[in-house]
Amino acid sequence: MATTKKKTTAAAKKTGAKLKNFATAPINKSLSKDEKIDLYRMIVGIRRFEERSLRAYNQGKIGGFLHLYIGQEAVAAGIVSLMEKDDHIITAYRDHGHALAVGMSMNECMAEMYGKHTGCSKGKGGSMHFFAPDKNYWGGHGIVAGQTPLGAGLAFALKYKGLKGCAMAFLGDGAVNQGSFMETLNLASLWNIPVVFVIENNGYSMGTSLKRSSAEENLAHRADGFDMEWEVCNGHDVFEVREVANRAMIRAREEHKPFLLEIRTYRYRGHSVADANHEKYRTKEEIEEYKRTKDPVNVVKQHLLSDGTLTKELAKKIDQEKKDEAEASAKFADESPVAPRSEIQTDVYWEVDNDSEGELKGTYFFND
Amino acid sequence: MPLITYREAIKQALDEEIQRDENVCIMGEEVAQYNGAYKVTEGLWAKHGDKRLIDTPISEAAFSGLAIGASMLGIRPVVEMMFMSFSYVAIDQLFNNGSFCRYMSGGLMNVPIVVRGPANGGTSVGATHSHTPENMVANHPGLKVVCPSNAYDAKGLMKAAIRDNDPVFVMENTLLYGEKWEVPDEEYIVELGVANILREGSDLTIVSHGRCAMLSLQAAKTLEETHGISVEVVDLRSIRPLDEETILNSVRKTHRALLVEENKPFCGVDAQISHIIQLKAFDDLDAPIRRVSAIDAPNFYSKELEDWQLPNEERIIEGALKAMA
Repeated sequence: MATTKKKTTAAAKKTGAKLKNFATAPINKSLSKDEKIDLYRMIVGIRRFEERSLRAYNQGKIGGFLHLYIGQEAVAAGIVSLMEKDDHIITAYRDHGHALAVGMSMNECMAEMYGKHTGCSKGKGGSMHFFAPDKNYWGGHGIVAGQTPLGAGLAFALKYKGLKGCAMAFLGDGAVNQGSFMETLNLASLWNIPVVFVIENNGYSMGTSLKRSSAEENLAHRADGFDMEWEVCNGHDVFEVREVANRAMIRAREEHKPFLLEIRTYRYRGHSVADANHEKYRTKEEIEEYKRTKDPVNVVKQHLLSDGTLTKELAKKIDQEKKDEAEASAKFADESPVAPRSEIQTDVYWEVDNDSEGELKGTYFFND
Repeated sequence: MPLITYREAIKQALDEEIQRDENVCIMGEEVAQYNGAYKVTEGLWAKHGDKRLIDTPISEAAFSGLAIGASMLGIRPVVEMMFMSFSYVAIDQLFNNGSFCRYMSGGLMNVPIVVRGPANGGTSVGATHSHTPENMVANHPGLKVVCPSNAYDAKGLMKAAIRDNDPVFVMENTLLYGEKWEVPDEEYIVELGVANILREGSDLTIVSHGRCAMLSLQAAKTLEETHGISVEVVDLRSIRPLDEETILNSVRKTHRALLVEENKPFCGVDAQISHIIQLKAFDDLDAPIRRVSAIDAPNFYSKELEDWQLPNEERIIEGALKAMA
């Protein structure tokens, strides 16, 4: 399906007024009953996992920062559900949802946040740095917008190798004013790289609203400056996300063209859990209104209840299963050991880690 | 053996590696159609085409990051910095993503890129274009850095860097590009982490790297002729990994050490070398370790002053005499 340039979907303007249109769009209509239930299971799973991780953070089990994705789940779940064999994905530090969506286990993710050896990065990365290259997931990056050129690089490699795939590079609305992102938009368009930039616009770059941080509030319009196609949609309805992202991904794969997709979404929690002021830079009513009308878990549930895919009993059962899985992951993480001290100097250099013959020359590490 | 320039030696290495491995590509500002700002890549675009020689816009952060992302999927980009000083606008990409992606993923990925370009002063281009950041690179575990002092090493180290599975910085020198050395026709590699004894001696060890190693060699000849001092010159070639053994063996033989580098002295490469010598060869030393570095200020523009600011034969001889005192 050809993409219409510079199109803001009707629903983006009317904020969810046409939910059913997206559920019946071809890309969504083609989903089997099980696939639809899997979408629900994923969205609920991310929610329950993060609620459990919040509890662990408050119990002092998780160090550093914890950037929760609660409220944005349908974006990662929707887009990852469209990924094909040679598609790749990279994101910033609000990375738990994408990690679970590509199929990383709650155990390895929770254990990573607990800093345990059983974590996906052996406890070397933490909450902001989840990776699963075997699932085409390249992190999990801590510096705002720093992952965007890497995403273009993944796409560059696909094109270089003649593979038909695309790279999905996620960023937040706070990242759009970084130079590295704008430089990358230019490169991607100049070189026709099959990368789809997904701005998850949750309205706030930490505690600064969009209005206070970006001169042009329609973030997708920036693509115009780089002769790049763009589109805007809502992020609370997984079917809308799928319908709009699918067009961008097909275009990237088929035509080797980049795309800028702005997805309007919302986070319920602070920038990180340490952001205790998050109800001061926005009103409680604003948060409650979103939860009441656009909660991604509720929206997908209502879709699937109304079309007969889900029963209330099954929905409840899945919810309980995910709560149990999250609880079990916390137990797994708690009971796991931390890495031995010898791990401090592994994974620094590939050549050192793989020097089984002891042939490397020179000193690599410099402690007395 | 053919006598070729440092520039030609690097070009040969790039050319041979492009032909050896289809995943090797060169990207940077003016590297392709313009033939390279310093003509290091001259002729390679005409020979290998758009896919392998890629002109970039002036966007060091974006193309450095893009190279790192591509390397995660098996491409082996050689990124040219027109001046290594320009890498400073790509520090987040090179120092965070380049060095830490492997670590933070618990070893699930590696970043086989090469970042190359001239890193030197002495050309009257002012402080912003005259950085020698091998010390900064070496301060980031996960990165490697080499500083070839001659054409033979430049070719051999470049080939080793391209084949290496970790990110390697190759610090070149615009003042060496036109100098000639003997370089064999046969293929060879100079391994990372192996220093080279440029000249054997018994009274004093000079440890140096890059162009300063050549200046030290010249000074050593003068010291022999005019002062009767026998100087051994150790050219590090590779900063990280570092050949400690060659340094220590030399100092254990001569009992005196002078460290010469173009870096600024505070936390320069030689600060680390000095520490290693005092720690591991303390009892072998007959005198304090001396250093000759750039005079500690931003690089002077005016040629006469900058020539004095950087290590030169006169300052190296002065340092050597102090070390012998």
